[in-house]
Amino acid sequence: MKRRWDRAAGWLDNRTGIQTAVRQFLYEEIPASSGWHQVFGSVAIFLFLVQAFTGALLAFNYAPTPGDAYNSLRYILTEITGGRLIRGLHHWGASMMIVVVVLHMVQVFLYGAYKKPREATWMVGVVLLLVTLAYGLTGYLLPWDNRAYWGTVVTTQIAGQAPVIGPYLTRFLGGGGAVGVVTFARFYGLHVLLLPPFTLLLIAVHVFLVRKHGVAPAPGDELLPRKKFYPHQVFMDTVAISVAFAVLFLMAVAVRVPLEQLADPTDTNYTPRPEWYFLFLFQTLKFFPGALEVVGSVVLPGLAILALILVPFLDRGKMIKVTQRTFAGAFVLLAAAGWTALTARAIATTPASAKTQIDYSGPTDWMQLSPEEMAGVAYFREENCITCHVIGNKGTKVGPDLTGAAIHRDAKWMIQHFKRPSMVRPGSSMPPIQLSDQQLNALAAFLLKLNPNNASALENAPDFAAAGALVYTTSHCGTCHMVNGVGVKLGPPLNGLSKRQSRSWVEDHFADPQKLSPGSVMPPYQFSTKDRDNLTTYLMSLPE
Amino acid sequence: MEKQDVQEISRRSFYVGAIYGLWGVIAAALGLPAVAYLFFPPKVRSENNWVEIGDVTKLTPNEPVELTFRRNRVDGWKILSEKSTAWVVKKSDNQVVAFGPQCTHLGCAYHWEETKNEFLCPCHSSMFSIDGKVVSGPAPRPLDQFETKVEGTRLLVGDLRQPEPAA
Repeated sequence: MKRRWDRAAGWLDNRTGIQTAVRQFLYEEIPASSGWHQVFGSVAIFLFLVQAFTGALLAFNYAPTPGDAYNSLRYILTEITGGRLIRGLHHWGASMMIVVVVLHMVQVFLYGAYKKPREATWMVGVVLLLVTLAYGLTGYLLPWDNRAYWGTVVTTQIAGQAPVIGPYLTRFLGGGGAVGVVTFARFYGLHVLLLPPFTLLLIAVHVFLVRKHGVAPAPGDELLPRKKFYPHQVFMDTVAISVAFAVLFLMAVAVRVPLEQLADPTDTNYTPRPEWYFLFLFQTLKFFPGALEVVGSVVLPGLAILALILVPFLDRGKMIKVTQRTFAGAFVLLAAAGWTALTARAIATTPASAKTQIDYSGPTDWMQLSPEEMAGVAYFREENCITCHVIGNKGTKVGPDLTGAAIHRDAKWMIQHFKRPSMVRPGSSMPPIQLSDQQLNALAAFLLKLNPNNASALENAPDFAAAGALVYTTSHCGTCHMVNGVGVKLGPPLNGLSKRQSRSWVEDHFADPQKLSPGSVMPPYQFSTKDRDNLTTYLMSLPE
Repeated sequence: MEKQDVQEISRRSFYVGAIYGLWGVIAAALGLPAVAYLFFPPKVRSENNWVEIGDVTKLTPNEPVELTFRRNRVDGWKILSEKSTAWVVKKSDNQVVAFGPQCTHLGCAYHWEETKNEFLCPCHSSMFSIDGKVVSGPAPRPLDQFETKVEGTRLLVGDLRQPEPAA
């Protein structure tokens, strides 16, 4: 068997040379000082491949037009098995790739590995960093939620400020400064059609140059015997890749990637913020008001990129040990401190309204519930019904599955059962629920709404919605207002409120309705801060 | 063999084993979710599938008629409202059967041949009897049937299903 396998491998090598090529690649000699500090390049390539793989998977279920992008992404997140994980890997993989590429550059910079004859390797590396950032920029628009839309509006405006090429850049990115279908198509085309082959080409050139000049040796390496790349360095690279992948996988599983509401070009209250790795640039802009803005948006970043490219020509000294490169070390520390300070400041100055966003990346069946049914969710949670009952055939508990048709009688029967369980169902060990008739009615209304298809979505309705609906029902808002077709039309219907009014307007309106709506018959409400926040977020989440 | 050489060999074996093992884990952690993502069916969204398609009192027993109606169909992230048809047969016992409009061979639209008293598919000449059974031709199974129910005089159709194979 082994001989047959060897013969087949020999035939393949004879015809293609693949075995010889792989051997040459793996058994290349590297300096004795090579080690853990040189793993970042391999991790970056691995992350690029993960991005390409997960990106291709997303593309199988994603429709790249503004009309469909958002809904298809919601479909991936809420209906496709593993969709949330794949999107999580892609989203956090983008961030991690930027971190690793920067770490790779920092390591090369600290060790002075860009020095003669490796100047071209460094410069191609800088272009790869820019390409990685370009992925972040173009991919940011693709979910087509408010965050994506408004972030890209700012980006395209900045691009338009560039001296000489600004108008051409604007035209290239979709023209006219307005973000719409053309901009979307351009960003998508760049993200999936142009950048990936360009990246592959650059990686190939980068790796070729690394091989041509060899891994940069440290001073004193010439006196020591050289090592083979395989298996020692490959082992280190593999361990680093595994650690990076484990962190990425954990983030994709544990940290939910938010999806805000569908892009709304008429939303005048949205405060756009770029992705975290661009926040320092965003903050830098604030130091250059008015006509000077172009300095912060284009001139300074442009000079920084130029300086980065020219690093090998600015520092032409001899190779010295990393521990002796104090200037390089101090420069990196200073840059890191500057970046951290600007980013922290940008986060600290983000207004609250930009932080309170409803996450649309989960099922939104709860949005269709009436306020009373939604309040029923709150009572369901308060009474800890889930301790004894199953929802949607998940496991077995003492009480019956509440999605089953068997318990779905009319509300009257259910309320009687809540009050005196053992009388209505002889043998039941359920304790009576100590709630008022109105509250029990809400609980029954919610339970009657449950079916196996919506159970998990309704059970996981956000806390603010349950709490907000509770405030809504106990304040009797439904005697004048209508939500999801339930209530009275005396006051304005509240569906689609977020399209008509800002959050702060709604909050102020509770306290003094006549001030904001002269002639209104609505009485003032003095809610606690928590109740007001929950009620406002709930009302702002109601669909049109 | 010297002790140093033995150590070198076992260290090398450890490296190689670890490289293969770790890449195996990474491939599985990426590959298995990808398989689930691509091949597991998406969660079914609940839709009220019953659609009114006509008045049963207007049907003549044993005279198939093609009724047109609009129904919602979940297509990925979209719910499409589309035109559909059903061949409806009211039997002698007033039971109503609604057949899906496509031949069970390769999906062509078939029609009722009054002269032959059979459904005929023009693509490959499959023929079905008035109760949907295959009479001749390449069709592998009887015509698919919509679930039906009658409310008052209104005829409603639900999901399209393949008939149970005869015992």
